[in-house]
Amino acid sequence: MNLGLMFDALVVLPSGVGLTLTLTVLSLAAGFLLSVPLAFIRAFGRPGLSLAVLAYTYVIRGTPMLVQLFLLYYGLAQIEAVRASIFWVILRDPFWCALLTFSLNSAAHTTEILCRGLQSVPKGVTEAATSLGLKRFQIARLVTFPIAFRISLPAYGNEVVGMIKGSSLASTVTLLEITGMARQMVSTTFAPYEIFIVAGAIYLSLTSIAVKAIQLLERWLSTDGHPVRRRRARLRPALPDHEITTTPLP
Amino acid sequence: MGGFTTQFVVALTVTISLALVSGCLGTVFGLFLAISKGTALPRVNAVVTAYTTVVRGVPELLIILLIYFGGTTLASKIAGRYVEVNAFTAGVIALSVVFSGYATEVFRGAIAAVPAGQTEAAKSLGLNAWQRWVFIIGPQMLRLALPAYGNLWISLFKDTALVSIVGLTDIMRVAYVGAGSLRAPLTFYLAAAALYLSLTTVTLLSIRLAERRYPALGR
Repeated sequence: MNLGLMFDALVVLPSGVGLTLTLTVLSLAAGFLLSVPLAFIRAFGRPGLSLAVLAYTYVIRGTPMLVQLFLLYYGLAQIEAVRASIFWVILRDPFWCALLTFSLNSAAHTTEILCRGLQSVPKGVTEAATSLGLKRFQIARLVTFPIAFRISLPAYGNEVVGMIKGSSLASTVTLLEITGMARQMVSTTFAPYEIFIVAGAIYLSLTSIAVKAIQLLERWLSTDGHPVRRRRARLRPALPDHEITTTPLP
Repeated sequence: MGGFTTQFVVALTVTISLALVSGCLGTVFGLFLAISKGTALPRVNAVVTAYTTVVRGVPELLIILLIYFGGTTLASKIAGRYVEVNAFTAGVIALSVVFSGYATEVFRGAIAAVPAGQTEAAKSLGLNAWQRWVFIIGPQMLRLALPAYGNLWISLFKDTALVSIVGLTDIMRVAYVGAGSLRAPLTFYLAAAALYLSLTTVTLLSIRLAERRYPALGR
């Protein structure tokens, strides 16, 4: 162990944190936006549409992200039409390729997570909302989705951590995020242990922060920020305080 | 595809054997850690928790790189001359470490889900610790753990693709070489994707079969 080298790594590697976080946050956001409608289709859509979404998530979740990344980055260049089109500006850039791959991946995982959440929303809740006269979109927006989101939050936390870890694959297409910086440093210093351990520690702190943030969000959402009041409300008797008025018999 | 079909067949066996070896090693190690976490001293408990936290919080790619390049450095230092850890060994070690980290958590959760009354009943029948584990907790715990354990195998098969980065000639590596030499990246990576998809499908189907054959007891 060379402590001086580890200190050097500790100074150099954090400059890759920015790219790692950019890739992670952007792909999580894009994946989430894409996955919400997909999850609704997958959970409540017509059988044909639901199957189509299942096919998408199944293929994405069944193949390694590395293969998908290489397919987009190296594979698409084989098609002449792609190289001639305006998309080539995006697809020849490793950053956009990585971002696209990660977003599609995250969308597939999040769709399945949200779909499971949507399916476990109790039927009585949506029936109650219907009986209150809410429209279908209102039910989805105000009732089903918030409940499903809370149910799927722990699983979504795993997806966030997975995405932070998965962003290390961007180093294989020449991007210099944390892993890329570490590999570059190792190739010049020939000290793999010190540098990779420092890189691992940086990733570990990032994932720990993400886990803590998701836990905080879970607690915040589950109690509306007033844990004490909620608990007191639950202890109160089920009947309302005011007297029950009955129409007097004639 | 030229003569790459035979290479793909060889690469497929490399990928499968890598996954099977590291999955089995990881299972044994994870089972051991989960049992020691459940019963042993608080200090052992803390060490196991630290292990699973670190393994699950660091990218698999980084663990593979660390063990491949770091392992070579370490082995050379110990042997006093240049020793190269081959990619397969490094891959097996790295993937076993990753698999055991996740498997520990899966098994620990399953052990905690076995009702305490089962252990108490076994104690009252006079079974000793070994008999309790083998006949009472073990079978119930394994059935409870099966769905999550199956998912671990699926991610394991996907993670084997990462070992190609350190030069193991698995499916991904053959696709990379073929794509470069025949200038047909799309074809080769699609073939690789199809192979991985069939591997994960087979895994998924066998896990579903096992789940149907051994459903969780009492629910």
